[in-house]
Amino acid sequence: MQHLPLPRPARNIMTESRRININVPVLARVEGEGALELSVRNNHLEDLKLRIYEPPRLFEKFLEGRSYDEVADIVARICGICPVAYQMSAVHAIEQVFACDPGPWVRAMRRVIYCGEWIESHSLHIHLLAAPDFMGYSSAPEMARDYPEEVRRGLRLQALGNELIRLFGGRSVHPVGVCVGGFHHAPTLTQVAQMCIKLQTAIDEAKALISWAASLEIPEESLAFTSVSIRHPDEYPMNEGRLVSSTGLDFTIEEFEEHIIEHQVAHSTAFHALLDGKPYLVGPLARINLNSDLLPSHIADVVRTTGISFPSQNMFHSIVARAIEIYFALIEAKNILEEYEIPRSPYIDVNPQSGVGYGCTEAPRGLLWHRYELNNKGEVVKATIVPPTSQNQARIEDNLRDSLEAYGLDRSDDEIRLHGEKIIRNYDPCISCSTHFLKVNIQRQ
Amino acid sequence: MKPKIAVHKFTSCDGCQLAFLNLGEDLLVLSELVDIVHFAEAGPVNPDAEVDIAFVEGSVSTPHEIDRIHRIRDNSRFLITIGACATAGGLQALRNLADARQWITSLYTRPEHIQSLETSTAISGHVKADLELWGCPVNGRQIIAAVRALLFGVVPPQEKDKVCMECKRQQTVCVMVTRGIPCMGPVTLTGCGAICPRFGRDCYACYGPAENPNTAAISQRFEGLGLLHQDIVRRFEFINNAAPAFAEAGKKYHD
Repeated sequence: MQHLPLPRPARNIMTESRRININVPVLARVEGEGALELSVRNNHLEDLKLRIYEPPRLFEKFLEGRSYDEVADIVARICGICPVAYQMSAVHAIEQVFACDPGPWVRAMRRVIYCGEWIESHSLHIHLLAAPDFMGYSSAPEMARDYPEEVRRGLRLQALGNELIRLFGGRSVHPVGVCVGGFHHAPTLTQVAQMCIKLQTAIDEAKALISWAASLEIPEESLAFTSVSIRHPDEYPMNEGRLVSSTGLDFTIEEFEEHIIEHQVAHSTAFHALLDGKPYLVGPLARINLNSDLLPSHIADVVRTTGISFPSQNMFHSIVARAIEIYFALIEAKNILEEYEIPRSPYIDVNPQSGVGYGCTEAPRGLLWHRYELNNKGEVVKATIVPPTSQNQARIEDNLRDSLEAYGLDRSDDEIRLHGEKIIRNYDPCISCSTHFLKVNIQRQ
Repeated sequence: MKPKIAVHKFTSCDGCQLAFLNLGEDLLVLSELVDIVHFAEAGPVNPDAEVDIAFVEGSVSTPHEIDRIHRIRDNSRFLITIGACATAGGLQALRNLADARQWITSLYTRPEHIQSLETSTAISGHVKADLELWGCPVNGRQIIAAVRALLFGVVPPQEKDKVCMECKRQQTVCVMVTRGIPCMGPVTLTGCGAICPRFGRDCYACYGPAENPNTAAISQRFEGLGLLHQDIVRRFEFINNAAPAFAEAGKKYHD
């Protein structure tokens, strides 16, 4: 839906010079705390800052001195919504230091537990965080009164994602099953068979979710931005691959710091990361933009029914991208689990040694890059973690700058705030990994 | 009139709020039973509303959070902390044992922009908490049990048992006895369902100290298993490092 311009209020010199401050104390339905500050002169944006309030927790410091086998349990605590992603990037990095390969069973099951997190996180985002925006409600329980089936379907999918994480992790928030070398525990054949039945049932629900997401009224816009994701030669990206961009870059995860630089900005506790000096997008839309050819053909057929062609430069297509990834993840997990066998051991023994290792995986919100330097006992000497939200933050600011001006800065503060929140929510910023949200402060001159 | 509840976030990972958001159908039931007036992550925003029950996630780690927690206390009849951060300062309380300023300086190029206290502390260090739910994270069962009890006008029941008891109830093979794995189950509060020993691994005490934990005996047992002093320290100085029983136990092994 194109937002129709409202009648523009006439302003005289007196009001032009008036300063308006609005404080909206919390940006709702965002995982974290933050605020948006706009400075407007003659309906043009002079300055825009996305402030991130999340208090620093200093994980990279207290990882120092910790043993390699404590890292997965520590980094999970960076984010309650995507703990599996943190565990995956960490164990891959540490296994690189130890030069060990846990083999095909572990590789496949790591994909399954990650599918669980994509399903859980995307379903939560679509139904509890984003959909109320498009449907005109302030929360999902409120929306459920008018759309009970849609909300319940979302909650069921979210619950199934959680159950898939529990199958390998014992619980869905801060799961306990992942270790360096594999998993502590392998589920039984019966548990897996029951899971396959549930996945099969959910696949049709997810297909319906895709059409529903594609039918939501969203703004038409085409923005210039660079997408970045992992790319694997023959599968939709998750745990392994090279880093690629829509501008044609293609480099290894070890070369990450040669291209992507994090820097501190005064107005945020989250770092801003730039790709060769420029903002870029990570996350579901970036992934699908760069990897749609790797979706199995029957999934690509379903994607075509949405009428959206990927790559897309409309950030509001992110909600559809998430629905597609839920559908993909359900099918992927089912295909893997249908071939499930009990392994002789769910993990391999590892031999700690010193060195530097890198792990980069696709968290629900996008690239999550870890680097660890370990000593010969396998203790952390130095840890560096670059979460997706800090990578998207500069991009979000650019998006707000372009879209809010196009939307019309002469609109009311409330309208600007609501539109700003919608834009920000497209990125599903998980501010606890870097930060959290809340407050719009517009200075008009 | 329906009781009003609020869910507040302090310094945390958001994982305990998921105990609400992962309730599924029960979330819709809960929103019928009570009036959720503030829960930013789920939608409603009204941080200064007067409520019957305030749930607080996260620890106090900034000057602003000290002001906030006092306001919340003033506005709430019953205050419940949820999770290790709110109840014991969380994993990030490890900064209390280090030079936090120096940590910030080494991570941020412009540390003067970072508003942060030297310590990360439990809610009860600042205001009275009427009920403390342990766990990293807490689960939906704990939340629902607390709300249900309060709606009936009774004090919510609290777990007191150790993880060891839960293992026995579930007939889980003991990982410490059979495999010599240094498990924290004997001194840790249950409530998790003993998921770690059931998965064949050590309990790492994410539910905090149980009632009367014999930390001296377990430390001695760990020494018997060949753990170095620094390994024993790390066992106690982990998710609930600032819980008094664990802080004291860890300190004994600081060489």
